Amino acid sequence: MPGAEIVIETRGLTRRFGELTAVDRLDLTVRRGEVFGFLGPNGSGKSTAIRMLCGLMLPTEGAIRVLGLEIPRQAEALKRRIGYMTQQFSLYTDLTVVENLEFVAQVQGVLRREQKGRVDSLLETYHLVDQRRQLAGTLSGGQRQRLSLAASVLNRPELLFLDEPTSAVDPQSRRDFWDALFALADDGATILVSTHYMDEAERCHQLAILQHGRTVAEGRPRELLAALPEQTLLVWGDQPRAAQRAIEHLPGVRACAQIGQSLRVLTEPRPELEAQLQQVLRDAGIEARVERTTPNLEDVFVAATRRPGGVGDA
Amino acid sequence: MSLSLSRLRAVVLKELRQLRRDRLTFAMILGIPTMQLLLFGYAINMDVRHLSAAVVDQAQTQRSRELLAILAQTQVFDFERRLRTPSELAPLLESGRIQAGVVIPPDFERRLATGERPAAQLVVDGSEQVVQQAARQISVLPLSALEPARAGEVAPGMPGGGIEVVSFYNPQRRAALNTVPGLVGVILTMTMILFTGIALVRERERGNLEFLITTPLSPFELTLGKVLPYVGIGLLQITVVLVLGRVIFGVPIRGSIVSLYAAALVFIVASLALGVLISTLTQTQFQAMQASTFTFLPQLLLSGFMFPFEGMPRPVQLLAEVLPLTHFLRLVRGIMLRGAALSQMWIDLLALVAFAAAALTLATLRFHKRLD
Repeated sequence: MPGAEIVIETRGLTRRFGELTAVDRLDLTVRRGEVFGFLGPNGSGKSTAIRMLCGLMLPTEGAIRVLGLEIPRQAEALKRRIGYMTQQFSLYTDLTVVENLEFVAQVQGVLRREQKGRVDSLLETYHLVDQRRQLAGTLSGGQRQRLSLAASVLNRPELLFLDEPTSAVDPQSRRDFWDALFALADDGATILVSTHYMDEAERCHQLAILQHGRTVAEGRPRELLAALPEQTLLVWGDQPRAAQRAIEHLPGVRACAQIGQSLRVLTEPRPELEAQLQQVLRDAGIEARVERTTPNLEDVFVAATRRPGGVGDA
Repeated sequence: MSLSLSRLRAVVLKELRQLRRDRLTFAMILGIPTMQLLLFGYAINMDVRHLSAAVVDQAQTQRSRELLAILAQTQVFDFERRLRTPSELAPLLESGRIQAGVVIPPDFERRLATGERPAAQLVVDGSEQVVQQAARQISVLPLSALEPARAGEVAPGMPGGGIEVVSFYNPQRRAALNTVPGLVGVILTMTMILFTGIALVRERERGNLEFLITTPLSPFELTLGKVLPYVGIGLLQITVVLVLGRVIFGVPIRGSIVSLYAAALVFIVASLALGVLISTLTQTQFQAMQASTFTFLPQLLLSGFMFPFEGMPRPVQLLAEVLPLTHFLRLVRGIMLRGAALSQMWIDLLALVAFAAAALTLATLRFHKRLD
């Protein structure tokens, strides 16, 4: 959606907690209708960034514009137009599903005569009709997530923030949840979602990979893959652990990870490395076969966070 | 400060629904006043009576026996032992077998006559606050009655025959009659501050606040909505104490019941305001509980509920004037026991209003609609 209206824009957004810099000079552009993903490990500043964008936290430095409003100055006006799904379940565990939604509807200022209809349609959409009289505290992980989502879209927000919405649910529930997100996007909502799941990141229209509060890569998932300079090699053999020990400290090798019986190796973009690895393994007496493979988003993530001269943990 | 009645109503309704499901808290709302009333009414008897005591009468004169008789009549002491020398007292006091001893020296008559030195000595276990207090009252007691020349100094209202201790104690210190009105204030202090302190912090600790602050709900609406149900609960608790106090202990309400509830309402608001303030200063429910206890103890000890206000040193009295319970105790005792009108005690009422206003202002200033 290039060319579409910009709904979130930050310049040099920074937040420090004492010595720690949680978000470090973040520049962000999110356009209307996008599903924008924040990908990053725990502690990379995703939650802090989202909280500042919602106006819940003051930035130490930098400028934020969301939906044309200057944040944090105009945060109150923003709150009526956004939805925010917190990382932890933030509805009342000692109220039923319906009571929670009714409360949110009243607080959001939904007109009394429209309340029931709105709540009923949300229960329908998010498959919570059978649980309507159940206490929220007794719901399963997936049901809870759907209830949280229902509550955060109750005011029909233009912009929806979701902070690791699926970190506590099973794979099937995650897929259902993402279907629901795309349905919202189809209806015109812009969605900013943080995650540390690669499969979820792949579904986003636009992605920003965060590491130590900084963007280390940004773009469409496919562009990121295409633009990855590093190469990915697979090492097949009977002794993947021995093979890993033999090659992981070789110059040119960025990262090594065992996947089942194989070893996934991220290297510098030098074609001759393939033959070199084969040689090193043979010299070490390890029987193994080295072959090239197509990179995936995880390689992009690892490459972006390990690149020398970057912000990596090296 | 925006205030939407429908949002306020939503919070009140939510709070009531949660309260209804929280059976333990619900039970405590009625259980605490009932239990406290019975405990304070029956068990904690502040009257000092029947202290085990020993007598060392080295004078053995008619007047010395008279003095002992007067002391015995007060019922404060039970003279269970007679000793020969004062030195025998120490081990008995030390072991706790007696709490007091009366020593009448051999030159008792001469001392009485000259008035230069104390005629008799009362030795008490000073580790017991109440006993010490009793002794202080006793020490101003009876020698004038023994001295015909100074009989005129005896208060005219005093009955000729027996001597009542009543008049020597601070009159505000006695009996269930006094405990029950005070208890109204103590129970409200305990539950109102604690409940609101915890109730607001709980929203933060359970993560509800993070969602709420992204909605149009204002901090003022949230606070007011959460606190309003407790005003009702406070009034309910007073009613429990008053009814039980009447039925079990026969405590009358001599003044106007409307005045009583009006004073209580102001006091409830002041206590709730303090609770709200605590909740803005603390991060967890545990901290809120600690802080509530921290404000509760001084109120209990200094307000005049436990110890007579008049007996406290001046600086402590000044401190006590800051505490809402001090003022409410005066109000509630005045209305219930003396039948006083609110207009006669407007200063105490005003003090409560001022306290509530100050606490609420501070709390509002501290409440940000942000996480940091």
